[in-house]
Amino acid sequence: MQLVQASGLVKTFSRLRAVDGVSLEVSRGEVVGFLGPNGAGKSTTMKMLTGFLEPDAGTASIAGHDVFADPIAARRRLGYLPEGAPAYGDMTVADFLAFVGRMRGLTNAVLGERLAEMVERVNLTAVWNRPIDALSKGFKRRVGIAQALIHDPEVLILDEPTDGLDPNQKHDMRELIAAIAPGKAIVISTHILEEVEAICSRVVIIAEGRVVADATPSALLDAAIVDGQRPTLETVFRSITGSKAA
Amino acid sequence: MKTSFRTIGLVFGREFRAYFATPLAAVFLLVFLALSAGLAFFAGGFFERGQADLGPFFAWHPWLFLILMPAIGMRLWADERRSGVIELLMTLPVRAHEVVIGKFLAGWAFTAVALVLTMSFWLVTLYLGSPDNGIVIASYIGSFLMAGAFLAISACISAMTKNQVIAFILAAIVSFLLVMSGTNLVLAALRGWAPAFLVDLVQSLSFITNFDRLTRGVLEAPAVILFVSTIVLALWINVQVIDAKKAV
Ligand SMILES: Nc1ncnc2c1ncn2[C@@H]1O[C@H](COP(=O)(O)OP(=O)(O)OP(=O)(O)O)[C@@H](O)[C@H]1O
Ligand SMILES: [Mg+2]
Repeated sequence: MQLVQASGLVKTFSRLRAVDGVSLEVSRGEVVGFLGPNGAGKSTTMKMLTGFLEPDAGTASIAGHDVFADPIAARRRLGYLPEGAPAYGDMTVADFLAFVGRMRGLTNAVLGERLAEMVERVNLTAVWNRPIDALSKGFKRRVGIAQALIHDPEVLILDEPTDGLDPNQKHDMRELIAAIAPGKAIVISTHILEEVEAICSRVVIIAEGRVVADATPSALLDAAIVDGQRPTLETVFRSITGSKAA
Repeated sequence: MKTSFRTIGLVFGREFRAYFATPLAAVFLLVFLALSAGLAFFAGGFFERGQADLGPFFAWHPWLFLILMPAIGMRLWADERRSGVIELLMTLPVRAHEVVIGKFLAGWAFTAVALVLTMSFWLVTLYLGSPDNGIVIASYIGSFLMAGAFLAISACISAMTKNQVIAFILAAIVSFLLVMSGTNLVLAALRGWAPAFLVDLVQSLSFITNFDRLTRGVLEAPAVILFVSTIVLALWINVQVIDAKKAV
């Protein structure tokens, strides 16, 4: 069974077709890098995968549970970092993570363990009792990641998780994702292409709401070899999506 | 309808604490106390009447609440939309009605705090004379129910926008119409052309008329039913709005 399964997702905003028939399957152990230019429809696709936005057509399921027919079961198995890492600014990091954990049904004993693990793995010690409103962008993002991981979900959907992180943090985040990846299905949207090469086992590129590439990073690069020269992922990304936009 | 009371409790706790996270709560409680005392004493003729009752104090509540309840309710949902937290909240394994109820109860509990603080006036009248405590208790219950109805309407309207100011203004307008619907001004305007049953309906929906009945000391069923069913209806619409329009 695929942990993430989406087929034919379509979403139209007034006249703009933001997502135009996106299908995606992610199995356990895979880390999918979800790439595309600004406005390609990455965030909109993720909102439909998580059941937040209802698609005009198509279906999505998480761990075998349809996100609309059986939303509670699907959401239980899902950790989601929405774009911009929204959080309750008036709460402290500790209170906010505890709130999300409890809303996810964790008992106090388990919650305590998970909070301790998050402090360490996502590096939140310095800001643990600070209100989220007072945090820097990078720390806010980390709180968002901790929130998505708090219940140790099988499926992770992270919309630009490393946006705003410093190089050390980016490195730590990649290590964290690599460490947890074997038991999970992970979808990450990003504009940082080294990241994709470092942690993703597969790349899905979308442009104007359609999937234009779906392959392993090395297969993608091999396919684009010119004169025996392997191009960079950036070159491939630009040649695939740049011509579309023109 | 499956309901997790744990979720309602968690949302309630978060929202109730959020009211006190800023100095706004203290400001609000002070304004409420000052206004309700000021209006009762100076505009309501509390002293001139020479009798120890809280009638003039309660008489102002419909007018106070039509401003204050939208102020309490406006942030409940509009702020979630503005900040994007709604996306986080509605992808947690919770049902929309649990969140709607939890948020409403938090605002209502905050209102209860405000009302409890005004009980100091009751102590004053007890000191000055012997008020009819039955009437006072019935009035407090009526006031609390009416506040709940205004609040549920405000929360529901707050769910429709991401702008708190718009939420406040629209909720105040709707509340104003509900207060005014029992006044002679509105009824006279209607009587000219509307069929009698419509005039009666509008009059029977009036928050002022129904609240007046309660402050006379009788916990009349129709008045209680009006306020309770307004709460239920507004919260039901609130759930539909959230379910239908999660993203902005
Ligand atoms: N709520 C909305 N109403 C109207 N249009 C929207 C809405 N949300 C997204 N869009 C439009 O849909 C398109 C896809 O947006 P989306 O946010 O999914 O892009 P993205 O790939 O995540 O881009 P970015 O890399 O900038 O985050 C854009 O043209 C955007 O303007
Ligand atoms: Mg995006």
